[in-house]
Amino acid sequence: MIQMRLKLRYSGFALDVDLQVPGRGVTALYGHSGSGKTTCLRCIAGLERAEQGFVQVNDEVWQDSDNRIFVAPHKRALGYVFQEASLFPHLSVLANLAFGLKRIPKPQRRVDMAHATELLGIGHLLDRHPQHLSGGERQRVGIARALLTSPKLLLMDEPLAALDAQRKGEILPYLQRLHDELDIPVLYVSHSQDEVARLADHIVLLSNGKALASGPIGQTLARLDLPLAMGDDAGVVIEGRVSAYDADYQLLSLQLPDTTLNIRVPHTPLDAGQALRCKVQARDVSLSLDNTGQSSILNRLPVTVVSEMSADNAAHVLIRLDAAGTPLLARITRYSRDQLNIHPGQPLWAQIKAVAVLA
Amino acid sequence: MSLSSADLSAIWLTLKLASLTTVILLIVGTPIALWLSRTRSWLRGPVGAIVALPLVLPPTVIGFYLLLALGPHGYLGQLTQSLGLGTLTFSFAGLVIGSVLYSMPFVVQPLQNAFSSIGTRPLEVAATLRANPWDTFFSVILPLARPGFITAAILGFAHTVGEFGVVLMIGGNIPEKTRVVSVQIYDHVEAMEYAQAHWLAGAMLVFSFVVLLALYSSRKTKAGWS
Repeated sequence: MIQMRLKLRYSGFALDVDLQVPGRGVTALYGHSGSGKTTCLRCIAGLERAEQGFVQVNDEVWQDSDNRIFVAPHKRALGYVFQEASLFPHLSVLANLAFGLKRIPKPQRRVDMAHATELLGIGHLLDRHPQHLSGGERQRVGIARALLTSPKLLLMDEPLAALDAQRKGEILPYLQRLHDELDIPVLYVSHSQDEVARLADHIVLLSNGKALASGPIGQTLARLDLPLAMGDDAGVVIEGRVSAYDADYQLLSLQLPDTTLNIRVPHTPLDAGQALRCKVQARDVSLSLDNTGQSSILNRLPVTVVSEMSADNAAHVLIRLDAAGTPLLARITRYSRDQLNIHPGQPLWAQIKAVAVLA
Repeated sequence: MSLSSADLSAIWLTLKLASLTTVILLIVGTPIALWLSRTRSWLRGPVGAIVALPLVLPPTVIGFYLLLALGPHGYLGQLTQSLGLGTLTFSFAGLVIGSVLYSMPFVVQPLQNAFSSIGTRPLEVAATLRANPWDTFFSVILPLARPGFITAAILGFAHTVGEFGVVLMIGGNIPEKTRVVSVQIYDHVEAMEYAQAHWLAGAMLVFSFVVLLALYSSRKTKAGWS
């Protein structure tokens, strides 16, 4: 469990959050620029000092202003990845990596050099100097450098924001490996819904220095009362498990969590039981009253209407659906809603035009 | 031999004074420059201005006030007398004190610029990698500010070598104690020994040019912070 109560104000901005997030997995701090997510992260690291603050990471208290406790940043067992890799220009890649490692007493080291360089794919860069690395390589070195301090909490401040789309694509798989292979809780600051959908297990939605919501990613992205649902890329994240593979058509069947419902996606073979994360965009879900019509659409699920909300324009509405416990969002026209007389509690068939496999 | 033994001892004294002054200034100037480059205190302006004063004041003014302060009736003079050190006017120690004040901006300002251009990010990175502030100073600030230290040392040394007014005011003209090269040249000229003056003045000219040449040629394009 990671607890933070932070109050901080400076001219034109006030941060006031009281949050508890899981002590494992990836928690995204999501919001627009100026929402206070980076300030939040800096307060947790102690780089900024909240006037009133309480920060506890699992069993360690890092700040408790009521009891005048403020642990200096260099005494906190954290790793910090900055937006720009911020490698030391006077040191080689190897020396950058060793900088944190050699300051950790041997018994406390849980990540070694070989593991970190292999995990981030930077073994061939060790003799280079930061000036001779690409942006993506630099960021991978920055991440490995933070990991080598064997942190009890990894803080990542928009580590991909300074990179172009291609470099982002180059780093994301490494971040996913981190998530899958290391048991280090991560707080991940981002304003990209795509990154959050790929990496986060838990999401905290920040706006104007306040936390609007905090919850598991699947549930929270599907909430209609949050601005998340308004955007064009609104949708839900589904953590499915591989149930079958059709080698003939190269289609993978994914079972929705705690249901017998399956969706099928074009994919290479995977072992049954393996977890796979998908995103279903609200605009890719259409609704029909029955399941009779012939159609090329692969995935049709029986759902129940939960609620509706007007979308960001007057022509559309957002419908929240329930597929045997898995939330789904559908963005349809107001006209269609009236034609089908859609109302809460109504059973319907959801037709899913596209499923994006995230990881 | 074109340089007399008096000339040589003046050169030796000058080098000794400049070296000692530079070492003291690097030690004293570093924390001042670090503070000036980091602080948000209102004292930043006044302290910065005081450090920069020798840039604009005539050396004789600095020398005059030092003469009063270090003399038998000045605060510092009374302090040194009570410590059994006597007065520091017309002594080598007095020259060192004067030189430190006189050359201060030439050391503090390049250091301050170097520290400012490093910014706070490397220090934050070091802290998140478990380096305590002293560790950070030696493993990050010092290597990143190395060009600033080199500039500061060269300028501090060279500027002290070129000192005249302050020396004359508080040191006078005592052979092997306070008679530095610039004063020796002045003496030669006063005594119409133009040939002697030529040798020393020429040596100073060459020295200054070589120092500045080294300084400006060493300023390569700086490697960026990545």
